[in-house]
Amino acid sequence: MSIAALIRGGINLPARRRKGLTPAATPAPDPVTALRPGDTHITLRDVTKHYAAATGNVQALSGIDFSVARGEIFGIIGRSGAGKSTLLRTFNALEAVSSGQVLVNGIDVGTLDEAGLVALRRRIGMIFQHFNLLSAKTVRENISLPLRVAGVPPERIRARVDDLLALVGLTDKADVYPAKLSGGQKQRVGIARALVHEPDILLCDEATSALDPETTQSILALLRQVSQAMGLTVVLITHDMAVIREICDRVLVLDQGRAVELGEVWRVFGQPQADATRALLSPLLHGVPADLAARLVDDLHDGAGQALVNLHVDGSAAGQGLPLSVLTQLGPQAVLVHGGLDRIRGHSQGELLFLLPAQDLARVRQAFEDGQHAVQIKVIAYVPA
Amino acid sequence: MSLPELDKYVLAFFQTLLMVGSSAVLAILLGLALAVVLTVTARHHLYPRPRLNRALSVTVNVFRAVPFIIMLVALLPVTRWLVGTTLGTWAAVVPLTVNLLPFYARIAQVSLNEVDGGLVEAARAMGCRRWHIVRHVLLPEALPGIVGGMTVSVIAMINASAMAGAVGAGGLGDLAIRYGYERYETRVMFEVIVILIALVSVIQFTGEAIARRLDHRR
Repeated sequence: MSIAALIRGGINLPARRRKGLTPAATPAPDPVTALRPGDTHITLRDVTKHYAAATGNVQALSGIDFSVARGEIFGIIGRSGAGKSTLLRTFNALEAVSSGQVLVNGIDVGTLDEAGLVALRRRIGMIFQHFNLLSAKTVRENISLPLRVAGVPPERIRARVDDLLALVGLTDKADVYPAKLSGGQKQRVGIARALVHEPDILLCDEATSALDPETTQSILALLRQVSQAMGLTVVLITHDMAVIREICDRVLVLDQGRAVELGEVWRVFGQPQADATRALLSPLLHGVPADLAARLVDDLHDGAGQALVNLHVDGSAAGQGLPLSVLTQLGPQAVLVHGGLDRIRGHSQGELLFLLPAQDLARVRQAFEDGQHAVQIKVIAYVPA
Repeated sequence: MSLPELDKYVLAFFQTLLMVGSSAVLAILLGLALAVVLTVTARHHLYPRPRLNRALSVTVNVFRAVPFIIMLVALLPVTRWLVGTTLGTWAAVVPLTVNLLPFYARIAQVSLNEVDGGLVEAARAMGCRRWHIVRHVLLPEALPGIVGGMTVSVIAMINASAMAGAVGAGGLGDLAIRYGYERYETRVMFEVIVILIALVSVIQFTGEAIARRLDHRR
């Protein structure tokens, strides 16, 4: 089933439901036509959120300011408790902000009444870590529910759900209950349900965190496919840097309720500025293998032995990858012991560990001094002869 | 067993069925409604009304604390006003309903509270209004527990209906008390108990089977 057909077969919302997006007080521009592709889609202005908890006032978000462009895949990453979930839930007003504004299509979601919120949420799909499918309803009934509560006629619901089942590859599972599905299949149902209203925003709350790596890849591929085909703006939160690397255009790093870093993914990965970012990246970095680490010393007393050097490729170089001519500057004695490069949106970056004769070190350092090809060299330790 | 003697059992059986059946329908419908109100008016739920919630909760506790035999007597004026008499099978329906309603409401409330908050959140995120969430999420997801609670309640009600003999309601329990206990006809008492055991077993079995059919959680 083609995605074009899916979009053609989509359900046009009656005009009265779009009207609900108008804020209660002041008239606002028509949310559907106010912004053209490439424009700002979601804007947060100085958003803060605090709760009154048993332990006192908890500051969940403070001074968050950023925009998400229409059609981009935007990642929010942070450790657990950093405020990612809270932040994501302010977008569809599942969480109210304490101060500041969340603008979706230029409309402050905080000013919407219940009818306005219902209309807003029908334009914003959401998927969850634990899928949140209704156990008492079949796959078809689960996907149908958003349309059913919106009063769409049954025959149009049926056709639309058939299209979505085909899109997510679950046509043969229409009449089974979610308990009979695998995790990946459940998330596909979740995605179909989130897309059934033809939203223009998709929020993903740790959507792959409960899945195995292979299933994660297939769900990410599906998200990428539907976001391109439907022109969706996708905002996803995760604690897994690999997910960000796989799918996102830009990433926001959240630490203790503050935005500590924001930028294109390759830039944030190649030249992380904040400590929180580095900590999140560390599982992806190639550390020193344990057998080698056991033999390392801080210094060579007699000058005989090898140096363990780290070549950091930050991805800012123009062109393709890392030329071997750069590596030849390490000399014929250099041994590549560990590491690799990742290619993120056309930028190659990573860490390579080499062992070189200690006497070559001065020459090699000089050769790399110019920072050519965005390679930085650093001596980690020494291995005595 | 002679025919008139058999009549005695049949009459008592149908009296029990009538008493328990009609009070059960009333207590379960009203109790379920009360359970929904108790659930959704709680803090952080769909329609938070903490003060109303506390008042209802206290009322439920008061009614649950009063022993049935006392309620039977205390409710006499209400029964007279509602049914027109304080004697007979129908007169027992009022106290039985009032006794079981808060009991069932608590059981149903537990099932409603156990519905995963993530499902409610997902429903809100997909653009459900609050009453949609009650209808499409809370009630269907809690249904196996709601049905299981009905089984427990109906059986408790059969038990309580034995005391309804005090208002001349008849029924199996009353038969056992009058013949078996007061007239030392142990045989009648045993026979009635066997009938009660059969009745309770059938209800329990049926209730469990229905609850299992409705449960798609695994």
